[in-house]
Amino acid sequence: MRHVIIIGSGPAGYTAAIYAARANLAPLVIASSVEFGGELMKTTEVENFPGFPEGIMGPDLMTRMQQQAERFGAEIVYDDVVSLELDGPVKAVTLGNGDRHKAHAVIYATGSAYRKLGLPDEERLSGYGVSWCATCDGAFFRQKTVAVIGGGDSAMEEATFLTRFVDKVYLIHRSESFRASAAMLDRATADPKIEFIMNARVEQIFGADLVSGIGIVDTVTGEQRTLDVSGVFVAIGADPRTHLVHGVLELTEQGTIAVEGRSSRTSLPGVFAAGDVVDPTYKQAITAAGSGTVAALDAQHYLETVHDASRTAAAAV
Amino acid sequence: MSTRDVTDATFEAEVLKNEKTIMVDFWAEWCGPCRAVSPILDAIASEHPDKLEIVKLNVDHNPETAMKYQITSIPAMKVFRGGEVVKTVIGAKPKPALEADLAEFLA
Repeated sequence: MRHVIIIGSGPAGYTAAIYAARANLAPLVIASSVEFGGELMKTTEVENFPGFPEGIMGPDLMTRMQQQAERFGAEIVYDDVVSLELDGPVKAVTLGNGDRHKAHAVIYATGSAYRKLGLPDEERLSGYGVSWCATCDGAFFRQKTVAVIGGGDSAMEEATFLTRFVDKVYLIHRSESFRASAAMLDRATADPKIEFIMNARVEQIFGADLVSGIGIVDTVTGEQRTLDVSGVFVAIGADPRTHLVHGVLELTEQGTIAVEGRSSRTSLPGVFAAGDVVDPTYKQAITAAGSGTVAALDAQHYLETVHDASRTAAAAV
Repeated sequence: MSTRDVTDATFEAEVLKNEKTIMVDFWAEWCGPCRAVSPILDAIASEHPDKLEIVKLNVDHNPETAMKYQITSIPAMKVFRGGEVVKTVIGAKPKPALEADLAEFLA
């Protein structure tokens, strides 16, 4: 039996692991088999994580967090959770390989999953021109024209990154206001290879075997037009990854896991949540890391309470 | 057991003319999901040595083959039989999901 199991290995999961390990809780981290390290594994330069004045590559930052957690005794398993038993004082976590781990507390930090456009040909052309990862696929679009869909930081980053390879990027955004930070937006706006198309919605993706174009509609005038592009990079945000706890943990209206006030306490005792899965607003590496700290400290406090209670009960017998 | 590499130069002999079913993993150094799926492919290959051989093709070093097969996203895993692509799997997936995708070649 473990003290605590941490599910997730982004900034929230690993920071929780660092704190829990340093509190001698020997946490087990379920890191995922193919998405370990979380979203930052798909980014390039991270320029806003404090302590790295020259910036740091996303995958390098995550490797460092992992090493820091391991240094203090966190154990990391590269597998996926398939089911959870969270009610009751003993929690159980079952993995893809069939292993079942038990613990007194669970920290849930599964982050979020990329949102899809929801268009008929999107799934069919996924990997054939439709992509969610410019850093993975951008190099295949040398001297091509591509579209990036979205208006947040990740859309700006994808667009700017893609200009290394492509001749032209259309940045398509459904409104006139941007969620992106000023620094990222300014960089994209100043780039001669990027053309902004605002108030536009993507209605269709064309292509037999590979993407050949998209159909967009102006949300103000209703005007429709077709853009010839070989790539469509979707960066329209992400949804909290809560499918394993639907009907188990209370969720908010935004679909994140509900926590009590500024704490990480979920609707079940001994279950704590951290990172993007509880955050509909900020979604930064550093806020996720801070949230992971909160969860580790809350879990530590909970474990002390449970431990004291069982000692009192034992003394009373 | 680590899977071996094929190149533009060896692709025809090693993959297209291979009498067995063979899967090519198109990958690159800079691709995080490729690195994540690599040990899973190694495991699948070593658990099914008689069924499916798995080889790797670095798309940066072998652009000709990558272009020929219209690779636009990696990791891309293509199963070849008699010189033809009979199955394509795109993107890093957990081992059970990959095994399910490849079930007909592993049975």
